[in-house]
Amino acid sequence: MSESHLSTATAHVHGHGEEDYLSCSSGWKSWAFTLDHKRIGVMYLVAILASFLAGGIMALLIRLELLLPGKFFLSEDQYNHMFTLHGAIMTFLFLIPSIPAALGNFMVPVMLGVKDVAFPRMNLASFYLWIGGAIFFLAAVILGGLDTGWTFYTPYSTTTNTSVITASLGVFILGFSSIFTGLNFLVTINMMRPAGMTWFRMPLFLWSLYATSIIQILATPVIGITGLLLIAERALGIGIFDPARGGDPVLFQHFFWFYSHPAVYIMILPAMGIISEMVSTFSRKPIFGYRFIAYSSIAIALLGFLVWGHHMFVSGQSPLAAMMFSALTFSVSIPSAIKVFNWLSTMYKGSVSLETPMCYTLSFIFLFGIGGLTGLFLGALATDVHLHDTYFVVAHFHYVMMGGTLIAFLGGLHYWWPKMFGKMYNENLARIACLIIFVGFNATFFPQFILGSRGMPRRYAKYDPEFQIFHQFSTFGALLLGAGLFLSAGVLLHSLLRGRRAPANPWGGSTLEWKCSSPPPHHNFDWPPVVTEPYHYDHIQYDPKEGGYVEVEEVAPDPDDAPLPVKH
Amino acid sequence: MSDSSSVVAEPSATSHHHSDDHPRFLAHHFGSPQQQFDAGKFGMWLFLITEVLFFSGLFCAYAVYRSTHPEAFANADRYLDSTLGATNTAVLIFSSLTMAWAVRAAQLGQKTLLIRLLTITLMCASIFLGVKAVEYSHKWDLGILWASQFNPKDHAAHSPALLVLSIPAILATMITGVAFAVSRAKKSPIAAPFWFCLLLTSVAFFGGVGLGTMVPVIEESFTGVKHGGDHEESHSEQGGDRSHGHDEHANVAQGTDAHAGHSHAAESQVSEPQASIGNGPSHLLGQAEFDPTYTGIFFSIYYVMTGLHAIHILAGMGTIAWLVWRSIRGDFGPDYFGPVDYVGLYWHLVDLIWIYLFPLLYLIG
Repeated sequence: MSESHLSTATAHVHGHGEEDYLSCSSGWKSWAFTLDHKRIGVMYLVAILASFLAGGIMALLIRLELLLPGKFFLSEDQYNHMFTLHGAIMTFLFLIPSIPAALGNFMVPVMLGVKDVAFPRMNLASFYLWIGGAIFFLAAVILGGLDTGWTFYTPYSTTTNTSVITASLGVFILGFSSIFTGLNFLVTINMMRPAGMTWFRMPLFLWSLYATSIIQILATPVIGITGLLLIAERALGIGIFDPARGGDPVLFQHFFWFYSHPAVYIMILPAMGIISEMVSTFSRKPIFGYRFIAYSSIAIALLGFLVWGHHMFVSGQSPLAAMMFSALTFSVSIPSAIKVFNWLSTMYKGSVSLETPMCYTLSFIFLFGIGGLTGLFLGALATDVHLHDTYFVVAHFHYVMMGGTLIAFLGGLHYWWPKMFGKMYNENLARIACLIIFVGFNATFFPQFILGSRGMPRRYAKYDPEFQIFHQFSTFGALLLGAGLFLSAGVLLHSLLRGRRAPANPWGGSTLEWKCSSPPPHHNFDWPPVVTEPYHYDHIQYDPKEGGYVEVEEVAPDPDDAPLPVKH
Repeated sequence: MSDSSSVVAEPSATSHHHSDDHPRFLAHHFGSPQQQFDAGKFGMWLFLITEVLFFSGLFCAYAVYRSTHPEAFANADRYLDSTLGATNTAVLIFSSLTMAWAVRAAQLGQKTLLIRLLTITLMCASIFLGVKAVEYSHKWDLGILWASQFNPKDHAAHSPALLVLSIPAILATMITGVAFAVSRAKKSPIAAPFWFCLLLTSVAFFGGVGLGTMVPVIEESFTGVKHGGDHEESHSEQGGDRSHGHDEHANVAQGTDAHAGHSHAAESQVSEPQASIGNGPSHLLGQAEFDPTYTGIFFSIYYVMTGLHAIHILAGMGTIAWLVWRSIRGDFGPDYFGPVDYVGLYWHLVDLIWIYLFPLLYLIG
């Protein structure tokens, strides 16, 4: 506690005067060979946004094709390629690395109060592995595309003549990239926390990344070996997934989902971490149930390993296994709900201010709520048999992955943008973009719940005319969504050119990243920052001169607070 | 031990200037050598966890197919030479000993001993691969391959399989030999001993090949007496050739033949159905005892598991070679031995995986 007194006495921004990480060196080599986690994070950001653009354009093409019940402009084959690549690119190139590798890389050491991650060279290697994986994906597109769906299910993936091997190698390489990131975070958080940064003073974003990293370490190797087996199956005919040779195609599904189900928690846990940060900052109130949120991240990471079979209710696993997996699936909803209730409780009686990141936070809670609750329908064995492989599933996971991860990613991007690039964006336009995205998203995916429950199967290029109205609604929603995303990209890019210089602490956040200047200096902090409770806002006040928030000496709290009840 | 040393180091460090208390080996973002060491070690353990999970997929596949096709696993037993497997197990366990000892030597700053122990570890790895090359080439010659190519023959084909598998080692021997000669001529204090270590490692591969071909012969001379038969004599005469001609593939092919014969003799209780293997569908009479349909699935798993393990051996050799270079340069001592420790952990894991593979693949009869 003596430390907190110290910190309040120093109303000082670390790193003033020292050159920031963007301008401390220049030339392409200073970026390509950098070991600075911040620059690696920025490179990751550019890279994953490029793949998001590619995947997003494919999504729009899919939606446009579905405007008409029959053929519009894509052949069935082209349609299959399109949705496969959309899924594979969005999952492996965008969603999995999005928050941990881009925002996490930038923020973990800063929020922890250290100079860098534990293994900076491995961090850079992780980025180049990502590039390597992306090149393999690109090669797969050029060498005949891919039409297996992003799940690569055997036996189709062992017999199709599209470039499964190239794409699997891409997944294998991206897996290593992901493992390196996770390993780095685990070691950094475990071993490098500075004096005063106890486990329960860590910002919840770090807790969520810690949980994410556990999954990355434990699950990713399994997709690695699965990919190798698939490659060996195609190249050599080892027969492991081929019933004619004694193999079992369902084993592939088990292997695949043993990774890919936990992988959805790789995508959503960091998103939940960002929401925990933002909901507290913009309610100006300590997060409600800190420990519950922290533990629920770990609980989700561990429980997530026990539920993969719910993807395979109709794949021919034993009825007993199906029932067990169904029951276990519901257990994951407990920690998820704990988080949602805690966020809502944090806002209750807080002084909520609707800056752009908070708008995204509210979007997230709403959309993730729908995504999570519809997941219960799919986890329940009896209803899933009806809804399996329909648009209901498509809508559900888009509500979680896009309404959850993407929205939180955008929120986090807007939240930390001033810190990362030292510029403020146009608040009103950014909020309008957020609103358009929210409306467009719901217009796109809500009709798909109806489509699915009425029996429209997923992955079909053509459909019965009775579904047309919903598909058209969905397509126009997608165009709106795309417009919103382009607007928000425009707002952010515009800020780089014309934006107002960002203060160190534009939102009044109390975690360590707001104690260094914007953008942070090369070594993050001139001296190790003093660590206090992460969500404590009494000593942070708006300073019009600074244009942001500053720490003030705590005016002895008791005399100030005591008279208040009397006045009332 | 490390505790007391850090306590001793502390006062002297604080008495220096700030820039001085950062030893050369300490990366800028770590606070202390101890923190750097702990971070590295924890990172290595996490990496080993990923390795275990990487192999766990294969162990899982093994378990699934063993339960769905137990007969395939029982049949496969006749094609596997547990003596060679045991030999390789012994070689690897010995290399783990030298590796663990090397860590100790690094901690105590015994530079020469460290270099020698690392070199012995490398040679053991090379011997392991040599024995493995003999096994693989035998199976290749007998048509015992993965599921789609599984086509067992009674008589081994004459193929240059072993020679092909030895090409990397032959190249490595030539390259390291030349590099050693050059660096020695230049009297390079680091490169010369380094290349010498690698030359020994490359040559050790042929020792492994020799071992792999000799061991069955020796075993034959003990166990074969009981069973007698014409296999016996052909082995003993080829055994003489084997000891010096491992580069000549004609010999090799004969050797594999002899080896196949050996498994007949050594496991007489299954030698009855064995006779029908190569003769293909016409001999499916013995189906109740031997149905080769799914046996290939066992060998798919066998090749994936042992192949992946061999790749890990190669990766380990690369990192140990890097350690040899750094040891000769004198990087390691009581203050700084982390890399030796981490690579040691990795090497023990590679060893441990083999210790699981050996009974699961070779001793299933």
